[in-house]
Amino acid sequence: MQMADASYTLPDAQGHFGPYGGIFVAETLIPALEELRQAYEDCRQDPAFQAEFEYELKHYVGRPSPVYHAQRWSREVGGAQIYLKREDLNHTGAHKVNNCIGQAMLARRMGKPRVIAETGAGQHGVATATVAARYGMQCVVYMGSEDVRRQAANVYRMKLLGAEVVPVESGSKTLKDALNEAMRDWVTHVADTFYIIGTVAGPHPYPAMVRDFQCVIGRECIQQMPELAGRQPDYVVACVGGGSNAMGIFHPYIPYADVRLIGVEAAGDGLASGRHAASLSAGRPGVLHGNRTYLLQNEDGQIIETHSISAGLDYPGVGPEHAWLKDSGRAEYVGVTDDEALQAFHDLCRFEGIIPALESSHALAHAARLARTLPSDRIILVNLSGRGDKDMHTVAEKSGIQF
Amino acid sequence: MSKIQARFARLQAAGRKALIPFITAGDPSPTATVPLMQALVDGGADIIELGVPFSDPMADGPTIQRASERALAAGMNLRRVLEIVTEFRARDRDTPVVLMGYANPIEAMGVDRFVAGAAAAGVDGVLVVDYPPQECEAFAARLKDAAIDPIFLLAPTTSEQRMREVGRFGSGYIYYVSLTGVTGAGHLDHSQVAARIPAIREAVGMPVGVGFGIRDAASAMRIGEIADAVVIGSRIIEEIERAGEAAAPARVQALIREIREALDSLSPEAP
Repeated sequence: MQMADASYTLPDAQGHFGPYGGIFVAETLIPALEELRQAYEDCRQDPAFQAEFEYELKHYVGRPSPVYHAQRWSREVGGAQIYLKREDLNHTGAHKVNNCIGQAMLARRMGKPRVIAETGAGQHGVATATVAARYGMQCVVYMGSEDVRRQAANVYRMKLLGAEVVPVESGSKTLKDALNEAMRDWVTHVADTFYIIGTVAGPHPYPAMVRDFQCVIGRECIQQMPELAGRQPDYVVACVGGGSNAMGIFHPYIPYADVRLIGVEAAGDGLASGRHAASLSAGRPGVLHGNRTYLLQNEDGQIIETHSISAGLDYPGVGPEHAWLKDSGRAEYVGVTDDEALQAFHDLCRFEGIIPALESSHALAHAARLARTLPSDRIILVNLSGRGDKDMHTVAEKSGIQF
Repeated sequence: MSKIQARFARLQAAGRKALIPFITAGDPSPTATVPLMQALVDGGADIIELGVPFSDPMADGPTIQRASERALAAGMNLRRVLEIVTEFRARDRDTPVVLMGYANPIEAMGVDRFVAGAAAAGVDGVLVVDYPPQECEAFAARLKDAAIDPIFLLAPTTSEQRMREVGRFGSGYIYYVSLTGVTGAGHLDHSQVAARIPAIREAVGMPVGVGFGIRDAASAMRIGEIADAVVIGSRIIEEIERAGEAAAPARVQALIREIREALDSLSPEAP
């Protein structure tokens, strides 16, 4: 296996990935971000912190999550072999918890008794509420009121865990508006509050920090694939909303030049329809939520409302490192529509007995599309980033079924 | 000397404080804005901060966000904001106008096109909320080349070293946000603000305006006692909301006049 570009060290000291990333926030937040950057830097170099993080991932989350060869589905699809990284088996049912544990440990170390979070599908909110309960922290989760409606089960889950869920009524009432509201809370309560961002976006150091906490996914794969398949995969495929599960599996593979990295965005009703959430495929660079990255915006620079069947991908921006990986050509990004994702959702249920999250179903759909074009000795590794229990309601509604 | 600097010099010579009201361009409609700007001047405004509406105004509270949403729904955009400034300039050549907004609409227009358009329209200062100095050195330099003052924010949490940095990049005045919070928030710790102003003025070497949390003549006067300029925003937007488009100019003018008179009562030459 060829190792190229082992020198990849982004971001730079100011948080830039080439022209992307950075710190684009009001002055009120600058000192808080600086405090966070320093605290995070200390933790990165503290073996005791890293050992505790590993302990928590092993005993609380249940890591390492297995890699599974989806043999029956691969046969059914015809072509390449599809392997699944089973992040859906983590405690709380998705990859989100990896990052939440890291940030909650950091909050505790910084002496912040209150944590806040934004959430789209509710997975990050649930993971944050879970970890807040585990560490005895006060927890407030901001969630667009449209998402509160779409993800009622997760809202109840957060409340069971002791979190306060605040529905956000402004703007498009989805993830981006929840993020705005969480930022406002943080500005107002910066002294005692830690903002646990759930994805690899936002002002520096969040994109790098969230990536680092999620990289356990890719590091495990690099160990597991040779054991299971005899070698590293030819392709790594992951869905991209903000992009944390994709960055977590991509980043450790960046030096492996023979491994192609493919991010799958939500193409909603199709890229031509204008109703989608594919920032990298159909957006332009701009500034939102503290960083420069690809954004879905109109010609005036106003952020436009996005659409995806999966709340977790329904976001008009994307992590700045993905923007950089796209421009540099190290990763490629494609779109999968609502209908294609739903088909993959049903297929995985029926052929493998695994109910995937609708977000992850986008990655599965592209893997199937790709597998058909390849010989049977090729290997595609898909990050199955979450389980689909939370999506029962959406899928049933789409099939005309009422509970 | 820029128009903003000249204005502060004149006020300081007279021992008076600057009154800087904020309204959102295009709220509640594109045609409402020039009459409102005129009303602000007639009421006694020294500098007008004109908000450029943005879909995701992260640093603003609910009042200014609502104004932004109304303006966008009425079809406002950055190009039309510049047209509004041009129209206002045809009637008023003296009152400095500062555009206040977020980075993305400017980047979507293109920085060069924006700076040229703003200069041609007669814009005197630009404050981009989510452009901290370290991300906009080149932008600030381009503004200065076009004789436009780059205005920056300082917060209660800003370090002394950073203040000096902001003082290097900025010109015109510094906008000290007196609360660690969003625009329109209710409380204001007056003694905390008072304690910091002299050090800020010393560090940045230019006049200090204080905003966030100023609601009426009384709170404006307390700030006027310690700062060089008083910025008032959300309270005016609320007045416009309550009055409706037709009655808004008169109501806003009355509000500004009341604050103007209160501020002028602080000046040594006051009757």
